[in-house]
Amino acid sequence: MGGDPEHSLVSLLAVWLPLVGAAIVGASGLPGLFLARRSAPGAWTAAVLHLLGAAAALGGAAASVVTVGATSLDLPWGLPFGSFRVELDGLSAAFLVPLALVPALGSVYGLRYWSPRAHPDTSRKLRVFYGILAASLILLTVARDGVLFLFAWEGMALSAFFLVTIDDRDDQARSAGWVYFVATHVGTLALFGLLAAVASAGGSFGLDPLPDTAAPLGVGTVIFLLGLIGFGLKAGIMPLHVWLPGAHAVAPSHVSAVLSGVVLKVGIYGLARLTCMLPHPPVFWGGLLLTLGVVSGIVGVLFAVAQHDLKRLLAYHSIENIGIITMGLGLAMLGRSYGRADWMALGLGGAILHVWNHAFFKSLLFMAAGAVIHRVHTREIDRMGGLARSMPITGALFLCGAVAICGLPPLNGFVSELLIYLGLLRTVQPIDGVAAAGAAFAVPALAIIGALAVACFVKVFGAVFLGSPREHHDATPSEAPGSMLAPMLVLAAVCVGIGALPALALPFLDAAARAWSVGAHAEALPLGLLAPLWWVSALAGATWLFAILLALGLRRLVRPPGAARVGTWDCGYAAPSARMQYTASSFAQILVGLFASVLHPRERRPRVGRLFPRGRSYSSHVHDVVLAEWVVPAVAVLARQAARLRIIQAGHIQLYILYVLLIVIALVLSAVPLLDLLRSLVTR
Amino acid sequence: MIDTAVQVVLLLVMPPLLLGVITKTKAAIAGRVGAPLLQPYHDIIKLLRKGSVLSRTTTWVFLAGPAVTCAAVLLAGLLVPMGGQPAPIRFAGDLILFAYLLALGRFFTTIAALDTGSSFEGMGAAREVTFACLAEPALFFGLLALARLTEGLSLSAFFGPGVASAWVDAAPSMVLVLAGLFIVLLAENSRIPFDDPNTHLELTMIHEVMVLDHGGPALGTVLYGAAVKLFVLSSLVARLAVPMETGQPLLRWPVFIASVLMVAVVIGLVESTMARLRLLHVPNLLVGACLLTGFGFILLLGSPR
Repeated sequence: MGGDPEHSLVSLLAVWLPLVGAAIVGASGLPGLFLARRSAPGAWTAAVLHLLGAAAALGGAAASVVTVGATSLDLPWGLPFGSFRVELDGLSAAFLVPLALVPALGSVYGLRYWSPRAHPDTSRKLRVFYGILAASLILLTVARDGVLFLFAWEGMALSAFFLVTIDDRDDQARSAGWVYFVATHVGTLALFGLLAAVASAGGSFGLDPLPDTAAPLGVGTVIFLLGLIGFGLKAGIMPLHVWLPGAHAVAPSHVSAVLSGVVLKVGIYGLARLTCMLPHPPVFWGGLLLTLGVVSGIVGVLFAVAQHDLKRLLAYHSIENIGIITMGLGLAMLGRSYGRADWMALGLGGAILHVWNHAFFKSLLFMAAGAVIHRVHTREIDRMGGLARSMPITGALFLCGAVAICGLPPLNGFVSELLIYLGLLRTVQPIDGVAAAGAAFAVPALAIIGALAVACFVKVFGAVFLGSPREHHDATPSEAPGSMLAPMLVLAAVCVGIGALPALALPFLDAAARAWSVGAHAEALPLGLLAPLWWVSALAGATWLFAILLALGLRRLVRPPGAARVGTWDCGYAAPSARMQYTASSFAQILVGLFASVLHPRERRPRVGRLFPRGRSYSSHVHDVVLAEWVVPAVAVLARQAARLRIIQAGHIQLYILYVLLIVIALVLSAVPLLDLLRSLVTR
Repeated sequence: MIDTAVQVVLLLVMPPLLLGVITKTKAAIAGRVGAPLLQPYHDIIKLLRKGSVLSRTTTWVFLAGPAVTCAAVLLAGLLVPMGGQPAPIRFAGDLILFAYLLALGRFFTTIAALDTGSSFEGMGAAREVTFACLAEPALFFGLLALARLTEGLSLSAFFGPGVASAWVDAAPSMVLVLAGLFIVLLAENSRIPFDDPNTHLELTMIHEVMVLDHGGPALGTVLYGAAVKLFVLSSLVARLAVPMETGQPLLRWPVFIASVLMVAVVIGLVESTMARLRLLHVPNLLVGACLLTGFGFILLLGSPR
């Protein structure tokens, strides 16, 4: 901390503002509890409070970037273990930005999407848990003590459970919520183990870098693998993603946006913080992360291509993007192991920028999808169509998100993928004889992921927004209301902005890389030296300019102005109907067929035998292979075996208290040095 | 400066000539006179002057498709080093931008096709994006091999002066990469054996079927954009095949033009001697291309560099 008072004021702000913000956000839903169920002011107050709190947290993040070093704060804490120690370093600040911004925009979106008028029973409950979720997210990033971290972690996990099951009369929501609840607590269990290992190695629950002597390779590997399970379950890294598609599909759309856009990133933050605590990783950690990233990326996007539920599809894309982020993190870890500062900077910078980007474009996509679902009342892609005419702004915003998520220039997704690509390309070129060309196989993998994402989003955008409506609704769907469009516009503007001026994010990325590489053999290089960000800006500008000029030119050439309007030519077929259009399923059919060995698609084909057949129906579905074919059978076996333990469950409370007493006695006895006692008896 | 000007002029003017050369070659092999070399220019100019008919189903996306695609491939053309000269725009990682600009073009071509709501165009769009998923890794394995060989991070380094020495150092890899990239060139530009640009059977086409509803200036833009894409990819393949360093500034551009035209002639020969593959077999050929460039890269891993 600098000695001058002004400096220390800024660094104090950097740690206090997020705490204050978290408190305001956490309480944002409470005033509404004292108002009537259908009252709008409760909703408004919640949104305003949420925006205020998020602004405070963002202010803290900005303040931490301009200061050198981080201020640590130790507040009174009533528990005998752990402490209330908070600190905002570069790594926390970089994660805090999307974690504060996206939920705030979602709270504005929720005003109309889940309005008190339409959902009088649940809207108050939703706002309370939404606030707690957002506050836990802020607290998580600043917590520097393991016990405090776990408290925030559970706050997040439980409030997310209540948000997923908000519509608890819905069967799907209940079962998805249940799967989520089990998965998240398996993760918490792993984190308990992790914290115990950290405390035994380092002597305290603090989340600080452990000295090599405290965590030799064996202990370090146990810590790393437990973290990988605990945090990987939250992030949704394949094959730990089983809870994710269901939970994200059934939640209200702005909650899905938060769950998919930012809650997953907490898992990534955990992994980044954990790898920061173990400064000298062996090569296989980075290699494992890179491999898991490639698997999540490719398999995630393959499953996305095969989906026909709009929100489930977006959820699988989150798995894909988490894969890309994990690839960046794995590359940074390899850089750490090999002492290559350029891989560290590009890998970590790319991963964190992709955390930002995915938070922005994914929540944009979920909100746009929510706006559509709000109007057509179905999540089935094959029952939509032609919505770009009735909802032009939503359509354009969805297109913006789609181009961004495919990693295409001139939007933000391209920039972060470029950083990761650059880092991976550098693995084939030795500096001082150090190279890891095996990592370069991730380059074509990233290329396949990109191409599959294009296929998927062409399918979604085409089937939902283009062509003609496949079903007739009672009323033509109208454009989404302003309070839903405004947050989406902000997100789209951020996507365009980061795509055009990525250098604006540099201070955050460099600060994060500096904080992360503390204790490593080489400090991460400044990203500005490694990545041609100004060229990216110039070319993004050129792409916009060329495209707009050519489009305007083409419009002028199209004569007569407005051109003759006829039916689609369709090779001369005179009576096409909307049901003859290529559906999303038919669009994906070749790809699903090519990768059937992974996707295990289930089809119900009609048999058409006789002449003049009657109506027949065909259906195809791709379920989650890992959940249905691995996890469910394994859990069934486990449940059968565990049933034997039921003998101890007699239903008498006295018996249970006896168990407790026996265990306490056993614990007390274990503290007595029985062996010594015996030995002394024998020797006497 | 002059080189940049020459490249921009070539990029804008030369592409349709390649189409003319291909059709002329095919005609010569078949013993016909064939259309004049400059016919594609006349076609495009004629189309730009014509009136338009738009489908009632379409939205702004329908016209944005050809415009964005054309803009993207032109911009990609500025990243490509032509004639062994560094490209007008070059920076570390420009190869990613190059590949993703082509993908941006594909995105907009396919959504413009879906905008019509016609099932034929849906089929074409589905095939285009599916086959690209298999062509992309082939392209990137090839670029990875060149990154290893030339120790650069930009297209200008990959396809610059280092190509000649790469042939000396690692000829087997270069053969594999060249073959793989040529297959990618054919696939990306929807040439035989992937697609037949001359067929008019909607059920079997890829690129042509996507633009069935585009007419007049929109179709002209589509044709021009497709020609630019062919030219851009051909100039990369041409540089790999003919890594000649004349040392004479005056000879550089004629050598480049001749080598690109040679690629067009080879495409014409392929189209004259092969039939279009059945759609079901297209993925096999693309996976083959991946294996070619992939092994080209793997061969390099053993050699200490």
